[in-house]
Amino acid sequence: MNTQSVRPGSAESASEARNRAGGRREFVLRPPVDVFEDRDGITFWADMPGVSRDRLNLRIDGNALLLEGDIEFQIKGDMEALYADVHSTRYQCSFVLSTELDATQVDAKLKDGVLTVRIPKRAELQPRRIEVRTT
Amino acid sequence: MLGLRSPYDDVFNEFRRLEREFDALLDGGTTLSGSRNIRAFSSGTFPAVNVAASPEAVTVYLFAPGIDARSLDLSIQQNVLSISGTRDVKPQENGTYFRQERFTGPFRRVVALPEDVDPEKVAARYDAGIVQITIDRRASEKPRRIDIQS
Repeated sequence: MNTQSVRPGSAESASEARNRAGGRREFVLRPPVDVFEDRDGITFWADMPGVSRDRLNLRIDGNALLLEGDIEFQIKGDMEALYADVHSTRYQCSFVLSTELDATQVDAKLKDGVLTVRIPKRAELQPRRIEVRTT
Repeated sequence: MLGLRSPYDDVFNEFRRLEREFDALLDGGTTLSGSRNIRAFSSGTFPAVNVAASPEAVTVYLFAPGIDARSLDLSIQQNVLSISGTRDVKPQENGTYFRQERFTGPFRRVVALPEDVDPEKVAARYDAGIVQITIDRRASEKPRRIDIQS
């Protein structure tokens, strides 16, 4: 088994985002994720409730996979917030992809606020079964 | 595997929980006046809840991605809304988890609403992982303009 292939190293915490925003209260939500590696690749799941497909932005920049999404709230003008666990409408996180992963073959789907992303290992790096012929 | 978790997973989960509670101290689970609600949990609690109100209705948003909405049990007694259900995240086999942060298992939350909500007038829908519950407020509680006769 390989060592960790998707590193959460550059995932940004809400407090870091706040500092970067110059002290303004601009929170970024970091979605909870599961990351799973099997023989052929890596799959990750991110909980991003409220994000529809057209408000999701998934892109590869060099060896980084960047994930952003905005929550679409239907709030009428005369509504006021009474209580909030969720203080932002923006999700953001990123992963560093290791070189054996094939960033050109990323497959993503979004259903009921759960994003599933599959990144296969490069074909030449996938374990291959060698057929032994009998003569 | 059979969905059983090793003790090491528990240690990791505990660490994640502490991490989330620390996050929550910074930016989660507070009312807008800054004090913590008596029923507030850490931001790792599932589902997260937001509540908004207008003079006509109170709207509760449950951030519950990837659940079967039909299995959700919503009940309202006077002004207290109870939510319970189960989120089933199937554990993958023949591989390794590097992170396992998403909630799985049964959940329950209780939300106190303003006292003038009408439990007879509730509507709920599920879209993009958010359950939106709208409860009308009783008409008599709406602010009324008082005309002064001269």
